[in-house]
Amino acid sequence: MLKFHRAAFLSAALLIAAAPMLADSYGLGRPATMKEIAAWDWNIMPDGAGMPIGSGDAIDGEEVFAEKCASCHGDFAEGMGRWPELAGGIDTLDEDDPLKTVGSYWPYMSTVIDYVKRSMPYGYAGSLTDNETYAIVAYILYSNDLIEDDFVLSNHNALDVEMPNANGFIIDDREETEYANWRTDPCMSNCKDTVKVTMRARVLDVTPIEEASSDSQLVPEASQSGEVSVIQINAVNQELADSGKKVFKKCKSCHQIGEKAKNRSGPILNNMVGHPAASVNGYKYSKSFKSAREAGLIWTEEELAKFLTKPKKYLKGTKMSFAGLKKEDDTKAVIEYLKLYSE
Amino acid sequence: MSKVNKRNTQTRRSFLRGAALSSAGAVVAVSSTAKEQSEALITEAQSWAQELADGVDVTPYGLPIEHEGDVIRRNVPWLTADAVSSVNFTPIHALDGTITPQGCAFERHHSGAIDLKKEDYRLMINGLVDKPMIFTYFDLERFPRENHVYFCECAANTGMEWAGAQLNGAQFTHGMIHNMEYTGVPLRTILNEVGLIAAGDLKDKWVFVEGADASSNGRSIPMEKALDDVFVAFKANGEALRKEHGYPVRLVVPGWEGNMWVKWLRRIEVTDGPVESREETSKYTDTLSDGISRKWTWAMDAKSVVTNPSPQMPIKHGSGSLLISGLAWSGHGAIKRVDVSLDGGKNWRIASLSKPGEKMALSRFYFHTDWDGEEMLLQSRAIDETGYVQPTKTQLRAVRGLNSIYHNNCIQTWHVGKNGSVENVEVS
Repeated sequence: MLKFHRAAFLSAALLIAAAPMLADSYGLGRPATMKEIAAWDWNIMPDGAGMPIGSGDAIDGEEVFAEKCASCHGDFAEGMGRWPELAGGIDTLDEDDPLKTVGSYWPYMSTVIDYVKRSMPYGYAGSLTDNETYAIVAYILYSNDLIEDDFVLSNHNALDVEMPNANGFIIDDREETEYANWRTDPCMSNCKDTVKVTMRARVLDVTPIEEASSDSQLVPEASQSGEVSVIQINAVNQELADSGKKVFKKCKSCHQIGEKAKNRSGPILNNMVGHPAASVNGYKYSKSFKSAREAGLIWTEEELAKFLTKPKKYLKGTKMSFAGLKKEDDTKAVIEYLKLYSE
Repeated sequence: MSKVNKRNTQTRRSFLRGAALSSAGAVVAVSSTAKEQSEALITEAQSWAQELADGVDVTPYGLPIEHEGDVIRRNVPWLTADAVSSVNFTPIHALDGTITPQGCAFERHHSGAIDLKKEDYRLMINGLVDKPMIFTYFDLERFPRENHVYFCECAANTGMEWAGAQLNGAQFTHGMIHNMEYTGVPLRTILNEVGLIAAGDLKDKWVFVEGADASSNGRSIPMEKALDDVFVAFKANGEALRKEHGYPVRLVVPGWEGNMWVKWLRRIEVTDGPVESREETSKYTDTLSDGISRKWTWAMDAKSVVTNPSPQMPIKHGSGSLLISGLAWSGHGAIKRVDVSLDGGKNWRIASLSKPGEKMALSRFYFHTDWDGEEMLLQSRAIDETGYVQPTKTQLRAVRGLNSIYHNNCIQTWHVGKNGSVENVEVS
């Protein structure tokens, strides 16, 4: 059945395996419990075996996607920066620069559900409910024009949705198309008439150049500069900050905080509370953030609370693709947590 | 018996005679030039030859001496969105021999390198097995053990070079590879412990292997390979795996693409077919020019590269004696021969292997030449035990087009200038 099988080799391998199969046991390990297996065995087979029970449509999905996925994948699953695009690209696979997305490339529906449920969102993997998983997958399929926005995707009908590239794969055929031609006696002398250089790496100039030190990027400018004012912040309520640490998981896929923090798709959040906005050195802020800073925006607890509740409404044009914290308690708690890292 | 002795004696005698001659020659040469150019390094007592230095416990676990501080992994930041899901490159240009030190062996993470203690490590085997079981790290240490040297190459190694010469350095073009001596337990031993009678006919069965990190990277491996040489490793080069390579336990899948070598291995499920996970459908599949993609292209084909000279290792000594050095490997078995060309593939000469090739492990080759100081187009070409000859980029493109991303094992060309500088180029 498998292309790469060579009959003789296969039977030899199985024979070798068969002997100890019957004999030796080392009496090691212990039985796995059903509960343990259920906790780890999440993979879904192409025929749907292992599919979680639940449902969701693209209308619900849009909201969940905006909150949990859009900061990397864009509001419309179009991808941000070098993060993966999830939609578009259908019929581009034979072009010069194919766009490989769930819609244009992924052959199996099971893979989409499996991957979203197991490995997403980036930075908080495995945290989605089954209904959220279906809603997000429905939104991705809708963004690829594969279903209508009110189509309720569920474990019952997911496999009925046709994946455009389902027949776009062949099993490794190098044995026939390559090896057969390249197992030859190679030419040793006068193998070609002329040799011309047709391309040089220096023309592209994309090799990284070593810099002396990039540490300076990590020092927030605000705390060093004399001209900007820093607002005194209130003492930290440790209990509230602890619950804020949990809320901060929502932020972690884009933002780092603490001594070793580095800018990622979002800036580091050290020395944020009480400091001027957009003041992390080395981070490329949006235009709207830059002008807010010029206008003198300082992240007081009140201003920060407004921003975190509805980021895009508060600061139109921000790159932060986060829908906002719905609960006031969460907002307070996460600000308290940020205060732990603000001087 | 006596014949052998006789021959040995003759050999030793002729060697001694030769040595006497050449040392006589050396004396002559030195006496004619040495008067003007005595080196202070030799004629004046140096501090290290007089004073005392570091005691034994200065570095309880040693790092390379500071003068080797540039022999480090390097990243190409524009390749990926985030260093947490990214790759860096082994400084193969600056290494020799075949074993890659763990500290500079390339890293590839999908959700960052996790910190997983041996005490917290659990390996679950479930699916079509007689009894689903859990093993601790310390259970694994009690199985009969083996040691094997294997290369691990990312399927995307040299992937940036499909469309043209891009990166100036063997580290960047070929550095997603390392070669270590692994200590561990054959997977078949562990599968035997849980029993495969429930799996029935093993011919069409698979194992799905999964890591403990947030990406839970999972890959499907045919049972035939799983029972053949797949290996559950907990030591590399004699010491514990490094965190970035899957401490405390990783999978070793000899000759097959690095993505299958699941790190922080936490679960193995026996299945009746491939899972077709994200990493084996949307990634690590090779799109051909007609838009059709190959899947299950697991084996890494024979490949080689000249590591020195190379763009990061220009020739600094001018014309004369030049040692060309490089690496060769094949996922289909041992390297049988490596050829070197100085003129862009017009003429080839057979290089010497530092030792006979070993299955699915790096081979080191050397080619000694007398450089006339003229431009060169350096190439190397690996031939493995199946008789497969490493193809040119033109040959690969004719079959696959430009969009395969993965599994680029083409012949690499370095242009050497008259001043000894080296550049990554493509030739006709």
